[in-house]
Amino acid sequence: MIGNGYNFAYLDEQTKRMIRRAILKAVAIPGYQVPFGSREMPLPYGWGTGGIQVTAAVIGPQDVLKVIDQGSDDTTNAVNIRRFFRATTGVATTERTVEATLIQTRHRIPETPLGEGQVLIYQVPIPEPLRWLEPSEAETRKMHALEEYGLMHVRLYEDIARHGKIATTYDYPVRVNGRYLMRPSPIPKFDNPKMDRSPALQLFGAGREKRIYAVPPWTTVKSLDFEDHPFEVQRWNEHCAFCGATDSFLDEIVTDDKGGRLFACSDTDYCRGRRETAAAEPQTAPAEQALA
Amino acid sequence: MTTPLLRVEGVSKRYGAHVGCLEIGFDLWPGEVLAVAGESGSGKTTLLNCVAGRLQPDAGCIEFDTRHDGPQDIYAMSEPRRRLLARTDWGYVHQNPRDGLRIGVSAGANVGERLMAVGARHYGRIRGTTCDWMNKVELDPARINDLPATFSGGMQQRLQIARNLVTHPRLMFMDEPTASLDVSVQARLLDLLRGLTRELGLAAIVVTHDLAVARLLAHRLMIMKEGRVVESGLTDQVLDDPQHPYTQLLVSSVLQA
Amino acid sequence: MEAMIRIKGLAKTFTLHHQHGAVLPVLAGIDLEVVRAECVALHGASGTGKSTLLRSIYANYRTQHGSVEVRHDGRWVDMAHAGPRELLEVRRATMGYVSQFLRVIPRVPALAVVAEPLIAAGVPQAQAEDRARALLARLNIPERLWSLPPATFSGGEQQRVNIARGFITRHPILLLDEPTASLDADNRAVVAELIREARAAGAAIVGIFHDLEVRSCVATRLFPLRRPEAAA
Repeated sequence: MIGNGYNFAYLDEQTKRMIRRAILKAVAIPGYQVPFGSREMPLPYGWGTGGIQVTAAVIGPQDVLKVIDQGSDDTTNAVNIRRFFRATTGVATTERTVEATLIQTRHRIPETPLGEGQVLIYQVPIPEPLRWLEPSEAETRKMHALEEYGLMHVRLYEDIARHGKIATTYDYPVRVNGRYLMRPSPIPKFDNPKMDRSPALQLFGAGREKRIYAVPPWTTVKSLDFEDHPFEVQRWNEHCAFCGATDSFLDEIVTDDKGGRLFACSDTDYCRGRRETAAAEPQTAPAEQALA
Repeated sequence: MTTPLLRVEGVSKRYGAHVGCLEIGFDLWPGEVLAVAGESGSGKTTLLNCVAGRLQPDAGCIEFDTRHDGPQDIYAMSEPRRRLLARTDWGYVHQNPRDGLRIGVSAGANVGERLMAVGARHYGRIRGTTCDWMNKVELDPARINDLPATFSGGMQQRLQIARNLVTHPRLMFMDEPTASLDVSVQARLLDLLRGLTRELGLAAIVVTHDLAVARLLAHRLMIMKEGRVVESGLTDQVLDDPQHPYTQLLVSSVLQA
Repeated sequence: MEAMIRIKGLAKTFTLHHQHGAVLPVLAGIDLEVVRAECVALHGASGTGKSTLLRSIYANYRTQHGSVEVRHDGRWVDMAHAGPRELLEVRRATMGYVSQFLRVIPRVPALAVVAEPLIAAGVPQAQAEDRARALLARLNIPERLWSLPPATFSGGEQQRVNIARGFITRHPILLLDEPTASLDADNRAVVAELIREARAAGAAIVGIFHDLEVRSCVATRLFPLRRPEAAA
């Protein structure tokens, strides 16, 4: 099943060891960015090379892999990455969150709560939360070492001054284990609470920036805010047009050129799961159940 | 009060064969303003940076009387501690305000940053404190959301001063605070500094090449030449009765408008 | 009466390094003691060092020999040898100096100029400003000038602001350098009154008075100064 002379999961064993060492270090220091020797991957920077390298380092023959992109299993990106791993490892893949042991994700956390033994691997573009104001790498490293994080609150302050509220809605900065300031990758802030004390292991890979970081299971992850402007998640007035969910992150879909639009769960597996459950109950049709 | 706020002993700093400053020593007490004057290359800025914790000297000792632990050698303490001191109990005013401000964020963020850095987490209160300080340095609080680039040089300098004062530092370091400003603007800033140092009981070390600035702001004056202190004393002593040939030359060279 | 100033063997020489190292001895072997409620008038021809002596007592000028002790906070402080911190403390709390000319600071209004030494001595601003107003009024400075910086005042007005500033703190030691130089007769009388009041309150005063009328009104004795034997 592994053809063309590739090693299991594409990377050679020494590289996998190097990445695993970085991962161990990252897990030992929650939220701390560990530099690693990012390899050339068969796709360009910006397409998830960091996440792929982390997955490649931890994946084993018994794993069941799920890959999502913006919550969906069937976008081009997700399909390609899943196919890549099928070709280089032969492991089983799935679209169901509950069946997966490894989940590689771009920009979303699955709605279905994760359990112990599951690993969530995030694709990260820019790992450094302070980069927006401090271009010097030497200086940001020092700021992390000395816990000098006032600057991150300056960013939130500027939001409130300019927009009346904290305008950051994704990649919202968090404090991990009460110590390191971390960028959770461009997930919507809606997903931030899911990171807090999750039973799953969360790994973050940035290929171009060559950094790996981690949040071990059951670690506190707290979103930054002000006392008088507390952290809040997004809310919708609508529900999912397909499954009726009111508690998931909704995508807004334009349906025609007359302004027609509908809202649907961004997490396709979650949505399908809800529809299947509803269909299994014989009496009420999904649409009526949604409106009830 | 039996310990000075700052005790400097035998401080020397060389740049290879070139002498930055040599065997400098003095005590500074709370509320005292000390001017260090000299021409280019005198070593005054080197000395300032050594005592401000920015440049480790090759020899000598600099002790600061910390709030909770008494006098501490500032280079023997850990870097995090020194950096914390620099953000709270000390202030540093650069000659060019752009070096002492964050140009990319609003005036309010500039003034509030130090507060946020030491744990202030209430937006409303941070804004309130910021407005108070902007008033104190004669900036219109209505401009709190404006970017520093939209302020004039004199206003930027006052913003830099406010940014440093929010944490009520006891010691300010100033590197030619008025040198980059127009003359009419200088007068206003000097007046502000003079008033604030008195009102807040600030101790300060002010590096300047302009003796008039020393006369206006400082209680004490040190004249430096080629890395050494050639004369020191009360400001009026040094300017009215200069003893050292170099001091006499400097004083007699000042043009009277 | 309690001694407030004790000068022993004081000598001062100016060395002008940029005039071929010319050495000018101005004071030599000065011994002077001043007690409370005294007003000693220094007198002598021009160039005999009257102003120099006054400035030396205030530690504005440095001296080469001898000592200048002043009574401060229940002890003696030698102004010729004390450190800067002590000198500043003596000036703040004990000894005042009224120079011949007001040193003009831009932008600071007359009221603040006068109140400043009192605020520095620890008196609350409102109280200090009240006293400043009273003194300015007494010295006939019109009220409309109180909120203006003295830079544009006449010489006489500036000098009166200077005097107000010197007398506001009621320091136990006062040094006066030609306090009535640019004043008219009425204002000279006011200043003379202020000096007498200070004396009556127990201040030790040393002054230079070119106006003989004022001098005879305020001085309790004269201290003569002579040119020292020229060195070279």
